[in-house]
Amino acid sequence: MSAADHHAHPNPHADGHHDDHEGSHGSLRDYLIGFILSAVLTAIPFWLVMSGAIADKQATALVIMAFAVVQIVVHMIYFLHMNTKSENGWTVMALIFTIIIVVIALSGSLWVMYHLNHNMMPMMSHDMGQVP
Amino acid sequence: MSATTLDATTPKASPEQITAAFYDLNEHDHPEGGSTMLGFWIYLMSDCLIFAMLFAAYGVLGGNYAAGPGPKDLFELPLVAVNTAMLLFSSITYGFAMLAMAKNRRGATQAWLLVTALFGMAFIGIELHEFAGLIHEGATPMRSGFLTAFFSLVGTHGLHVTFGLIWLFTLVVQIGAKGLIPANQRRLMCLSLFWHFLDVIWIGVFTFVYLMGMLR
Amino acid sequence: MEAVVHNHWSPLLGRLWWDAIPTEPIVLVTFVIVAIGAAAVLGALTYFRLWGYLWKEWFTSVDHKKIGIMYMVLGLIMFARGFADAIMMRLQQAMAFGGNEGYLNAHHYDQIFTAHGVIMIFFAAMPFVTGLMNYVVPLQIGARDVSFPFLNNFSFWMTASGAALVMTSLFLGEFGQTGWLAYPPLSNLAYSPWVGVDYWIWSLQVAGVGTLLSGVNLIATIVKMRAPGMTMMRMPVFTWTALCTNILIVAAFPVLTAVLCMLSLDRYLGFDFFTNDFGGNAMMYVNLIWIWGHPEVYILILPLFGVFSEVTATFSGKRLFGYTSMVYATMVITILSYIVWLHHFFTMGSGASVNSFFGITTMVISIPTGAKLFNWLFTMYRGRIRFELPMMWTVAFMLTFTIGGMTGVLLAVPPADFVLHNSLFLIAHFHNVIIGGVVFGTFAGINYWWPKAFGYKLDPFWGKVSFWSWVVGFYLAFMPLYVLGLMGVTRRMRVFDDPSLQIWFVIAAIGAVLIAVGIAAMFVQFGVSIMKRDQLRDETGDPWGGRTLEWSTSSPPPAYNFAVTPIVHDIDAWEDMKRCGVQRPTSGFRPIHMPKNTATGVVLAGLSAVLGFAMIWYIWWLAAAAFAGILGYAIAHTFNYKRDYHIPAETVVETEDARTRQLAAAGA
Repeated sequence: MSAADHHAHPNPHADGHHDDHEGSHGSLRDYLIGFILSAVLTAIPFWLVMSGAIADKQATALVIMAFAVVQIVVHMIYFLHMNTKSENGWTVMALIFTIIIVVIALSGSLWVMYHLNHNMMPMMSHDMGQVP
Repeated sequence: MSATTLDATTPKASPEQITAAFYDLNEHDHPEGGSTMLGFWIYLMSDCLIFAMLFAAYGVLGGNYAAGPGPKDLFELPLVAVNTAMLLFSSITYGFAMLAMAKNRRGATQAWLLVTALFGMAFIGIELHEFAGLIHEGATPMRSGFLTAFFSLVGTHGLHVTFGLIWLFTLVVQIGAKGLIPANQRRLMCLSLFWHFLDVIWIGVFTFVYLMGMLR
Repeated sequence: MEAVVHNHWSPLLGRLWWDAIPTEPIVLVTFVIVAIGAAAVLGALTYFRLWGYLWKEWFTSVDHKKIGIMYMVLGLIMFARGFADAIMMRLQQAMAFGGNEGYLNAHHYDQIFTAHGVIMIFFAAMPFVTGLMNYVVPLQIGARDVSFPFLNNFSFWMTASGAALVMTSLFLGEFGQTGWLAYPPLSNLAYSPWVGVDYWIWSLQVAGVGTLLSGVNLIATIVKMRAPGMTMMRMPVFTWTALCTNILIVAAFPVLTAVLCMLSLDRYLGFDFFTNDFGGNAMMYVNLIWIWGHPEVYILILPLFGVFSEVTATFSGKRLFGYTSMVYATMVITILSYIVWLHHFFTMGSGASVNSFFGITTMVISIPTGAKLFNWLFTMYRGRIRFELPMMWTVAFMLTFTIGGMTGVLLAVPPADFVLHNSLFLIAHFHNVIIGGVVFGTFAGINYWWPKAFGYKLDPFWGKVSFWSWVVGFYLAFMPLYVLGLMGVTRRMRVFDDPSLQIWFVIAAIGAVLIAVGIAAMFVQFGVSIMKRDQLRDETGDPWGGRTLEWSTSSPPPAYNFAVTPIVHDIDAWEDMKRCGVQRPTSGFRPIHMPKNTATGVVLAGLSAVLGFAMIWYIWWLAAAAFAGILGYAIAHTFNYKRDYHIPAETVVETEDARTRQLAAAGA
């Protein structure tokens, strides 16, 4: 880049130098919406499991997992006030990166260990619980 | 033409102008603690990975009952539901503390923090009651891989809440001593992230450990 | 040898008893030498009344430059210790043939190979990379310090406390005999009942906290404290690699913390994470620890890739070739390093589908690494290359690392790994990349930035002696191990039966001796340079014709780094300023806002070391007291709101005027 290119960047404070005061405190409305949504999203899975409303256990498991994911998002938005603008998007970026690593580590471990148990200890991979 | 857009190679540019283009001559002090929130958030992300490992251990070992009791024999969902409610209430009351802080009301902030602490302590109390009951029944963490992973995961969360409570009481004292000065506001916001983050972890715990455990 | 049973316990001293003092003659002699040496150093410090100076100017300092130098000193000391372990192993293996038992018994030998690995990775290589990043990154981004200066000091002392625990194990009790990653069930209480594994756990746990916090600190620094105009894609490559490294640290070290906690729970409270019975799963430990362990490899090498990039560009007198591709390659490596961990245990038995996935991802990771190598070569192409010491180390790196990388790809092929795993081939491979990459890179970095840190260059003659001894010694020491590994010799063996193997071990031992000469020559180089500092002095602050901002300030830089923050218009910001003929401001200085020194870091880390020590020896009252002390002191520290001060404008003016005179005298 030659010195002439300096024209191209009229604002040298391009990034990394703001001290932006991001809106870290939500409003009362935010907190109440978050609270009500969380209460509902918590109550339904508990009710589903305690009442056995869905006969199929696997379906119940999938449904409550979906509720958990939604509730986590609700908490992120209404309680943790995540948005793409705070800290120039670095918080969201850090979160996404963390989620990727968590998913890799969790699913990877389960995958690796499942196959290991399956190959090396065929007896163990299922119900150790039933072994007297 | 502002100094910073100056073309340094133009013959007209005086050495002073070139200097001004390359040095921030009118710099102000950086406000203290500008990196704190980001730094704390990054720390929380790392904490998240500790929990991920405990979840992974639970995922792998959670079915190894070693001829001991399983989730259905041990978990009492009503108790877990009450506990979840405690944590959720503490979240909204912490939110009220933050709103009071934003309005610069010192007393209200402290009061809401103390209410939050009450819910937090109730949560810890119920959890300890649950643990004591399990251990009394012989379902100790040493009994099986499942119980090891269960106690470690839930206990680590409980330890975090306990630590949050210590921090919270410290902050109540500090707000009393110094008022809602910027440093204390930053600390309140960090604790807010911490507190709500623990709530997020708890969603994972009650879903994957308790509810899914009952489905096994 | 009979296994010694240590079952003494008292409430006051826990497991600590007279039998904790080792009786092996080698250890005793070492102890005497170390004790005399330590007494001499402490005596000299007292005699010259240096304690106050060290305490005020160094130990409690929150200046990132001083902390960086302290990391390097710690790394060098521990490197010497780790190398002592290495040469003892080489000697033992060269001797122990045909019924000769060598001179190390099994208990001692097993501790040595464990300590060697642990020390070299955690207490030599990690302090080296953290030290370089700490020193250089704030200067490269035009900042005055890191985001959390106190935390920086605390992190250093936590690392030092971990190192202190490892060193204590030499003279009080024992170290682990498990290999550097302490796999259960061997590391469970049943098979490692005494303090060895507990030393391992607590030294890593304490040091790990320090590493994690310094990772958080440097990320926040790079994200928030860059000089105006320095966009992400104008960051120097070393800063980029430092950013990615610290992201890896923050995402990997919690995993280590968690795994160590689980092993501790097994050992201390009888939990069943990794036990053989009651539904534990020892393989889970291997899986989890490598989720940390593989990123760790890249934590070590990435910053050195940054060093090589800076050195290549500077000494070729050219802009780095392919800056953008360098940045993206670094990012790709960052992500990929999380999906290759299983290649450390292909033979565990997860089956063909799992093994082939991880084999392929491992091979893929060599692509961005290869891209980097070509970038360096193209930077050199048609450059005006000056073969100064940093550049020599860089060229040695390129050749050596390429060989190590290729044997790595070989090992990434699962069927080949089934043959070669756990053999000396593997040992040769990772020493090839760690010495060729991390060690050579650290030496390139030391030679490159020493003039910045101290104001004079390092002596080139002794530097070259060190260089050639190291490079020749490395090839002599490790190429035979490839051969032995291909013949099927496994790692961590103490004695051998087949006499035809001995010649290779003898060659390797000669190589190790040459490396010892290289290390000695390096310390001589430091000494000679300090004595000849007036001849080697650099007045300009830019002795190599550097391209990045650290060379724009004086050598050594003032406490505040930059009297006036520079504005960045280009990737090679300082090169750009030189080309435009920018004159540094000589007036209009303002007071500069700086953090205050504090003893809190030393105290908290010291208490953590005490906590670790108490836990290792089951001294429960002391552990409880240390824990309460940490908590209380930390809380008390938060009541101190006055942590900064201003350097008055007059002081800045004085310093900068002196610099103006210095530059004028140097004719710059």
